[in-house]
Amino acid sequence: MSANNMIDVVVTQVVEVNELVKRFHFSRPDGLALPAFSGGSHIIVEMSDGEHVRKSPYSLMSSPLDTSDYQISIRRDDEGRGGSLYMHREVRPGMSMRISAPANLFPINNRSTKHLMIAGGIGITPFIAQTAQLLATGGDFELHYGARTTELASYVDELRASIGRRLHAYIGENIDFDDLLSRQPAGTHLYVCGPEPMIELVLAKAAENGWPKGHIHFEHFAKAPPGEPFTAYLSKSNKSIQVGKDQSLLEAMEEAGVDAPYLCRGGACGQCETTVVEAEGKILHGDYWLDDEEKAAGNKIMPCVSRFCGSNLVIER
Amino acid sequence: MGMAPTSTVFRDETFRDDFTFKNSPETVLRAPFPFDQDEYMYSVNMELHEAGEKGTAFEKPFDVDEHYVAEMRDRALVLEEDPMRCQSLPHMTLAGWDTLELLMENLSESYPEWFVLTRDGNNWHWINRPLDIDQKFVFGDESTLPYGPMEYITRQVQGDFAILDERDDNLWMDAGMVTTQADWSLDFDIGMNFMEWHAPVPLAHEKGIFKRALKYLMSIQQGNPARRLNWTMTVNPRLDTSPENYHQWGVENTQVTADNVADKLFLRIELQTLWRLPRSNAILFPIRCYLLSMRDISTVPKWAKRFHRVLKTLPPQLSEYKGLDNYRQTAVDYLLQFDDGGETTLGTAPE
Ligand code: FES
Repeated sequence: MSANNMIDVVVTQVVEVNELVKRFHFSRPDGLALPAFSGGSHIIVEMSDGEHVRKSPYSLMSSPLDTSDYQISIRRDDEGRGGSLYMHREVRPGMSMRISAPANLFPINNRSTKHLMIAGGIGITPFIAQTAQLLATGGDFELHYGARTTELASYVDELRASIGRRLHAYIGENIDFDDLLSRQPAGTHLYVCGPEPMIELVLAKAAENGWPKGHIHFEHFAKAPPGEPFTAYLSKSNKSIQVGKDQSLLEAMEEAGVDAPYLCRGGACGQCETTVVEAEGKILHGDYWLDDEEKAAGNKIMPCVSRFCGSNLVIER
Repeated sequence: MGMAPTSTVFRDETFRDDFTFKNSPETVLRAPFPFDQDEYMYSVNMELHEAGEKGTAFEKPFDVDEHYVAEMRDRALVLEEDPMRCQSLPHMTLAGWDTLELLMENLSESYPEWFVLTRDGNNWHWINRPLDIDQKFVFGDESTLPYGPMEYITRQVQGDFAILDERDDNLWMDAGMVTTQADWSLDFDIGMNFMEWHAPVPLAHEKGIFKRALKYLMSIQQGNPARRLNWTMTVNPRLDTSPENYHQWGVENTQVTADNVADKLFLRIELQTLWRLPRSNAILFPIRCYLLSMRDISTVPKWAKRFHRVLKTLPPQLSEYKGLDNYRQTAVDYLLQFDDGGETTLGTAPE
């Protein structure tokens, strides 16, 4: 099922947080409240950049208790497909845009007694919303936040003001995950968001320390990478489509008027999974959904992030 | 055929004892008839729950019809006898507030002449004219309502409600208001996950249907509700056919005869919808029940033909699972007189 729950919004503020990060505020043009949401939710932001429409997911960082506006923070990525560059360069206060209703693939487990949160860099954003929610509901939590430099430790001051000693900031320092993960009370849930190597390290350490799988939550949006253009044939719609270098296969299907399912647009949720009917060439898997075996077998592709290099690709859509 | 809500009169009727429940002809025609072809196949058949045509049960997100007041009275009776029909595990209170908000918003938007919601920050004012309720309360503060938020609002909305918590890649039935169920028990299923509470359905498990259904359910997004129809049959217009009360209704299964089948036997249609709740990230699963007597069905030529064929060709395992074996043949024999063997048009509309 693809989303038809897009919302018209106006950009009310663009704030330069530091040299790499900008924060964007959205409100409804009629001034009414936006939909309520839970901490950890993301929205999809639709960007009409020239002739192409790009849609990218960003975590909501504003408090779930205040739905008069939504806030997201975007780190500029000079190597990416241009979504973040578009947001940084083109988006100004007063602009009309479209966003999706929030969806949560990184929710707080409402039954757990303690929440241990680990953030790296811009991965701090979902935790800003979650800690606001937990402050209101009285949940027990600790937030451990690593950043390379003081300038890049976005929102450290704001968090210190809101959550006080529950914030543990590590600026240019390593977090001792072994120590942290080994001294948590039973029943604690672990949440990780940040760059991929950090997530992998934390997951490995959690496994070593005997954490039950159901208590570990992580979110990492794969970025749809740019790449060589390619052609795909959609067997059910009977259409041949061109995927441009700065476009994802999913976006190219949408541009061709094909209704393709998605939820996260970041290779994590599994919704866009599509059967590969024929492939002469190599599928460039970029997702976290398929396991290594499935990736090697090559019968499935996740069009939100994965690409293709070869002479012939037929997918069932 | 369209029925303006303002013309609806709430019927004074019962779903027990003397069973005075009755559908008006308009209510028969707006029922969500579940069969779109002459043969029935079990499938998950979900679709987006979008606003449907005027004069159908899909016209509004939550359908309120002529049985509203009587159904709410029946619910209150069930709860009086058995308070465990409404349960909410401690972590589900937030989902209860989400449910209250969703239902109050939708009802007041769909039926402004009956329901009015006024909000000033967290100070809410709710008016329900058909049930004569005027309640001021503080959103989020349980002490300002006579019941918990889920119980409070679901005592005022037709249909059963389950709330599913999403965690560990599964859905858990952790709260619900269940007084009009077709032979399942909240008390038994509470705290179970999706695979556990669906385990008894035959033919479905091996096809991987539930795995796909679970994946679909978890993809339900805010603002994009989904729906499906299910069905079974019930003897007498009894809403509360719970396992807890089997001793009361079980014996009725053998009382259907050629003489009484037209008014004693009912097609029981369940309109199930699925809603992602915003703050709790839980899924609200309302199950709205529509009852059509065999006589009601016989007034719609296409439906009478089709239901005759569906019942006749139903696989024995499904007939047994749905508990139809005692009276299926009697119903088939009755419906035969309305089936001239001619073709039926596709789709579920009356014609
Ligand atoms: S949309 Fe979530 S994996 Fe592709």
